[in-house]
Amino acid sequence: MLSKSKIFFKGTVAVLPHMLSVIPFGIITGAIGVELGFDPILVYATSLIIFGGASQIIFMQLLSGGASSLIAITSVGVINSRHLLYGAVLSEYLEKLNFIKKLFISYFIVDQGFAESNKYIKQNKNLSNPHYYILGTGVTLWFCWQLSTISGIILGSFIPDELGLKFAIPLTFLAIIVNDLRKLDHVFVMLVSGFASLILFDAPFKSYIILSPIVALIAAFIMLRFKK
Amino acid sequence: MTWFSIIVSGIVTYFSRMAMVALIDRDMLGTKVKEVLNYVPAAVFPAIIFPGVFFNDFGSLVEITDPKIYGAMIALIVGFFSRSVIATILSGLSSYWFIVFVI
Repeated sequence: MLSKSKIFFKGTVAVLPHMLSVIPFGIITGAIGVELGFDPILVYATSLIIFGGASQIIFMQLLSGGASSLIAITSVGVINSRHLLYGAVLSEYLEKLNFIKKLFISYFIVDQGFAESNKYIKQNKNLSNPHYYILGTGVTLWFCWQLSTISGIILGSFIPDELGLKFAIPLTFLAIIVNDLRKLDHVFVMLVSGFASLILFDAPFKSYIILSPIVALIAAFIMLRFKK
Repeated sequence: MTWFSIIVSGIVTYFSRMAMVALIDRDMLGTKVKEVLNYVPAAVFPAIIFPGVFFNDFGSLVEITDPKIYGAMIALIVGFFSRSVIATILSGLSSYWFIVFVI
């Protein structure tokens, strides 16, 4: 039987390959925050308090573009709603924990950690303390994310405006969905969302950022009905 | 105001992580909802990518020869074949910079 620390360490090792994308992404998040004109302390606060790369960038981009707090907060909620899915899957492995431990471990549920934990725990059904694996992945990713956004914040203050680093925002998000480009159903939803955003771009209060995903999710729902 | 927004966003995000683990019975989320949630990344990110590529800073459509369009196309091709996050971002940025500063 594996000790708790060994299980934790296995989680740490499992997410190491993801650092290749997490670290540059963190650096870009920090640098873009500074580039958009935010105080370095505020940029870092998003990493600590929100702790979700894509949503942090969109949050800062929207606020710097003059969007209201309500729009910024709602977009963060829409983007991060995917965690509901992760939580629903992981809750099976966390059932035996007490409430406080559940509250603690929840903070560390992130995309890459979820993917690795789910894979490992499914393959090792009689693992005694699966939550240590989840913590191993989450805490490791958390530390790397904090350090890389701080590096990005420092770097960002040296990057000249003329470079047009803002273009890194769409490229970063393209990089996130690049793995789904081979799935036709996902590509369909992406195209609906993309064209909807172009059409709805002038809608008041920058609401295109919330309306387009809703249109795309409705399209996904209709598509699923036809697939069956 | 910014602090307030960050804290509320933090609470919303934490809730999305914690709700299914600690509060709600996971069976509350039907298979339909789970299937649709799978598409959240595909539904969210293009709404940032498309305007970021096709609109300029003033919110009007760029021309078809805009360096951003070339940069995005190269990033798309490199990303599709390499499936690498860094390669996608760097190829897009460097081709964009090459067109802006060299050509």
